[in-house]
Amino acid sequence: MHIVALGLNHQTAPVATRERLAFKTEELPEVLRRLRAETGLSEALILSTCNRVELYGISNTLDDCHARLIKFLADYHQIAAADFADKLYFHTDSEAIHHGFRVASSLDSMVVGEPQILGQFKDAFAIASAESSTGLILNRFLHRSFFIAKEVRTRTKIASNAVSVSFAAVELAKKIFGELNGKKVMLIGAGEMCELAARHFINQGIEQVLVTNRTLSRAQQLADEFSGIALPFDIFRGQLDQADIILSSTGAPDYIIGPDEITKALKKRRNRPMFLIDIAVPRDIDPKVNDLDNIYLFDVDDLQDVVTENLDQRRNEAEHAEELVNREVEKFEQWLASLSVTPTIKQLREKVLAICDQEINKTLAGFSDLDPKDEKRLKAMVNAIGNKFLHHPISYLKAKNAATDTQPATTIREIFKLDDN
Amino acid sequence: MTTTIYIFLLCGALALYSLSMVSGLLHLLRPRPQKSLWCKRFISAGVTLHLLAFVERCFQAQTLAVTNLHESLSFFALLLGLVFLLIYRKIPLPTLGTFISPMLVVFTLWALATTHTITPQPPILRSFWLPLHVLLSFAGNAFLVLGCIISIMYLLQEHLIKKKQIKGIFRNLPALGKLDESSYLCLRCGFPLLTLGIISGSVWASFAWGSHWSWDPKETWSLITWLLFAALLHGRMNSGWRGRKASLLTIIGFAAIMFTFLGVNLMLSGLHSYAAH
Repeated sequence: MHIVALGLNHQTAPVATRERLAFKTEELPEVLRRLRAETGLSEALILSTCNRVELYGISNTLDDCHARLIKFLADYHQIAAADFADKLYFHTDSEAIHHGFRVASSLDSMVVGEPQILGQFKDAFAIASAESSTGLILNRFLHRSFFIAKEVRTRTKIASNAVSVSFAAVELAKKIFGELNGKKVMLIGAGEMCELAARHFINQGIEQVLVTNRTLSRAQQLADEFSGIALPFDIFRGQLDQADIILSSTGAPDYIIGPDEITKALKKRRNRPMFLIDIAVPRDIDPKVNDLDNIYLFDVDDLQDVVTENLDQRRNEAEHAEELVNREVEKFEQWLASLSVTPTIKQLREKVLAICDQEINKTLAGFSDLDPKDEKRLKAMVNAIGNKFLHHPISYLKAKNAATDTQPATTIREIFKLDDN
Repeated sequence: MTTTIYIFLLCGALALYSLSMVSGLLHLLRPRPQKSLWCKRFISAGVTLHLLAFVERCFQAQTLAVTNLHESLSFFALLLGLVFLLIYRKIPLPTLGTFISPMLVVFTLWALATTHTITPQPPILRSFWLPLHVLLSFAGNAFLVLGCIISIMYLLQEHLIKKKQIKGIFRNLPALGKLDESSYLCLRCGFPLLTLGIISGSVWASFAWGSHWSWDPKETWSLITWLLFAALLHGRMNSGWRGRKASLLTIIGFAAIMFTFLGVNLMLSGLHSYAAH
């Protein structure tokens, strides 16, 4: 019994290939049925997202399993196997387990640590299990994957730093102010980027949004959306002191805010700190402003640097996550191996009870006028002897750790001649 | 025999402070919430042992055991630890423990390295005012020293943000707003205590020596320290001083405290000198 994983992802295949092999959610139940029927997998699951297409399955044999799966993909999508076969990876046993755990934990994602993949994996599992396409092994495999993904998330800092410019701005604001409750944000210019960042800030408990724009109606529109206040563009400089956070993204060719305006605002604010975010290109705020005490100015490049740095940090944290995943792979393999004693136990029981049956029937054939009640009692006695006899060998098999020691199962199989019928 | 118990407790406290320093540093390098918790737990445990040691010492000496250099250093470390725990309850700053534990280690270690025989007190100094004066001044100074450490963290963090060095330990330092807030809190707690400490000292001096103020070096330097912090408090309350400027002044104030506390006693001689014994 082998666990196998075949697929391609953003690293191995370009989007053109990925989209040709992708499966639509609504066709998955049908695909799963065909997959099991055509390839002989006893359990199967398909994970199809914009970054990856992967088949997970349980196969009795590894002989030409790879080829059968490729043929299935080629047949189903009506593409020549040669067009995509070299972009596929095929993992078996511990490697397949390792791969699945890494994918669920978002270690294999384009943006390491992004949270969507876990949800996508869970959806794929829901579809497969509704189709009864997953059984004992895949069910446990997926539950373990989800558990590990959660462990990775809580025990490492893999997902803790912003990897988008607008969210990086929110994190910096928290580093400056501590908490954002009760703070005020001013948006200068009503661009899309500004809007996105403002939305992040509002989610963090910002008290009020002030919006200013050269066209007042546009400012009013945005202000309404955030239940904020619109300011005419020609008076906003006088109101700068009200804002703790200023987001600027106008199309102005020159600086619209310089050290003079900010110094005045600071005086009115009694030096309470201000965080200025300049996402305009060309820039709106004179960089000299950053030299003032209690003023923190970040332009779009600075924010981009923060994001790059955060991505590096995520890669560092990913190393710890990998260790965690490796340990879990080992545990899962042990469980899988323990499954392998189950058939031995089953066969042993069948063999002994078959002998009991055979012998009692032979004996019963010799009686001519046996009371049916007595016949029943005789059969029960013979079965009891069989079961009592089985008790010790079975508990012996169960007690041994099948992952580390396969000898007991082999010995029992030899003694009772379970392998030749 | 009893001294052994005292030294044993003090060494235990030192060991716990060292453990808190190690877990604090580990937290700074690779932050995990559990680690900062451990740092604080070790400090709490260390302070408890230290407090027991101090009480034991007071029973032996039959007075508030702050009479020589050894006892002063040890008592100061104890108060610094206590004050840290108090401020932490009010404004929890996870990495503050990392910065405070080395101070605790240094002061306790230094205390253990100096002679720790009990100094018999001259009768002239025996008064209800002496322990009060010592307690108030030390507590005030402990708050102000803690404020200084927080200010150092503030300057570090501010420098990193200004230079856009958003990496390494930047991630683990507390937010600027929180640092400034707790530094201000330390000032508001420490300054009144220091003021009362100086007043109680002056009252006691009038009983002991018959004059309120005799311009001995320690008195002069505490006055300088007091004036510095008075200016800082005034600036913070009325002129919107905060952040960098306030932090720099706090650090200058810290230098003045350290000179008043140790420099005066070790370098200059006068009424407050330990060297006299």
